[in-house]
Amino acid sequence: MSAAASTILEGIRRNASSGFDVEEVRRDFPILGEKVRGKPLVYLDNAATTQKPRVVIERLDGYYRTENANIHRGIHFLSERATQAYEEARATVARFLGAADAREIVFVRGTTEGINLVAQSYGRKFIGEGDEIVVSAMEHHSNIVPWQILREQVGAGLRVIPMNDHGELLVDEYERLFSDQTKLVAVTHLSNALGTINPVGEIIQIAHRHGVPVLVDGAQAAPHLRVDVREIDCDFYAFSGHKLYGPTGVGVLYGKASLLDAMPPYQGGGDMISSVTFEKTLYNVLPYKFEAGTPNIAGAIGLGAAIDYLSKVRLDLVAAHERELLAYATEAVSAIKGVRIIGTAREKAAVLSFVLDGVHAHDVGTILDQDGIAIRAGHHCAMPVMERFGVPATARASLGLYNTREEVDALVGAIEKVKRVFGR
Amino acid sequence: MTELSELYQQVILDHNQKPRNFGELEGANRTAEGYNPLCGDRVTVYLQLSGDVIREISFLGSGCAIATASGSMMTASVKGKTKAEAEVLFQRFHGLVTGGPDAPVNPEALGKLAVFSGVFEFPVRVKCATLAWHALHAALDGNRGTVSTEEGGRRET
Repeated sequence: MSAAASTILEGIRRNASSGFDVEEVRRDFPILGEKVRGKPLVYLDNAATTQKPRVVIERLDGYYRTENANIHRGIHFLSERATQAYEEARATVARFLGAADAREIVFVRGTTEGINLVAQSYGRKFIGEGDEIVVSAMEHHSNIVPWQILREQVGAGLRVIPMNDHGELLVDEYERLFSDQTKLVAVTHLSNALGTINPVGEIIQIAHRHGVPVLVDGAQAAPHLRVDVREIDCDFYAFSGHKLYGPTGVGVLYGKASLLDAMPPYQGGGDMISSVTFEKTLYNVLPYKFEAGTPNIAGAIGLGAAIDYLSKVRLDLVAAHERELLAYATEAVSAIKGVRIIGTAREKAAVLSFVLDGVHAHDVGTILDQDGIAIRAGHHCAMPVMERFGVPATARASLGLYNTREEVDALVGAIEKVKRVFGR
Repeated sequence: MTELSELYQQVILDHNQKPRNFGELEGANRTAEGYNPLCGDRVTVYLQLSGDVIREISFLGSGCAIATASGSMMTASVKGKTKAEAEVLFQRFHGLVTGGPDAPVNPEALGKLAVFSGVFEFPVRVKCATLAWHALHAALDGNRGTVSTEEGGRRET
């Protein structure tokens, strides 16, 4: 047995003794019992969306069966109960992120809406003509396009932090991008296309030295890494419920209260006001100022249940399990002749992007799917990343807490099958 | 493996590995690019049109096996045909891979292109098979610039 393999086995034993049992975890996810094209589902597309544990599905069901009402305005029993459940979910999110105050937690549709909220509210008030926004070369389109829209609206510019061939940001180059015109940094915590974990603490420290606030796109990081917004001292942090074993259509924008207070509303409507006359409207306090209209009440409550679930299985054990599995998968997939891994940063999590010599990623995806193996093939909504690495697309296997070494073995076997189909 | 071997027939794999009429065409008087934003595949079709007849044709681009083989076999099958004949062939081909109302009653009528019948079982790959054809259609129409498989359609996230 190789040294690496024995390290991995050692890690698995350690996890078993510390209470993380992947087989037990798998039983919490009903969909993992499904068959796909007659084969057991091997779900390796967790960076796109994750599957849902029974407790989340049942929480949604229970809410609609016994608690459903509109929040914050009813004087009846159910409305009070729904309001309480919704606000408890907010408190759960605040604890999960290490926020100082639940008022700093705004429920949105997802990471994308969180970023757009900051671009349109903070951006249109505090960023003007000739100002600059710094993003990185590995951003998802959702952390590029909102800033381009703002650029069109206010005449600001975009600067890009470059990366090296491993997919690591060049921090020295980053520091050189600052000028008096720099007004905001928006950077991903964990790259969806490469798996790179960015040193957000350091990135934020540098920005703050220049008096510039930082938004962190946490869509990929939140399900895999412990996040403490006060420890990294970010000004905004956005993530999505559905990538964290929660429902679709709900996500979170964390913002420091001082910043959120200074920002104008994002959308107008009910619940975000304290009084309205046709002459003048007074806006509600945080966070309701940013939650116009009836929110995704069930979704927020379901997200709370997902976070409770992650706390129960312990995110630190999940992270350790995924780290060992990624090491195992990286070694096994790299060993296949003709495979090139895209994204080889020292600090990585959960994502294994690769290309196969002479075979397009879509063909890889189609053939894997025949074996019930779900991966993503394409540009992963990160076309600048594909361009940087000179590939039109990659195949991406992305891990979740329920994935196993047997599933990685199935992936490896299926890649070998792709090679056979293509005569390579 | 039945459906897979239907999709990746030897002829298709062969055209993918050694695409015919691959490269820029000197003396081309029509050209158009096809683009699939879902996967980033691009293909440019070059035509030398004399009157209504496609005298010469070539294509260039990067894409999956289905897209590349389809471009290769398309160029071979429309060379020497008139615009109208090529358009009819496109309609039949489109019908073949989508199983739509234009589907040929007898796929043999499509000649060698019939090997793409397996695409029908893989709906997400239809756009790969038709990318070069869309570009040909645009070039025959005299459109310059890029024709997208997603115009007016939905985009992935």
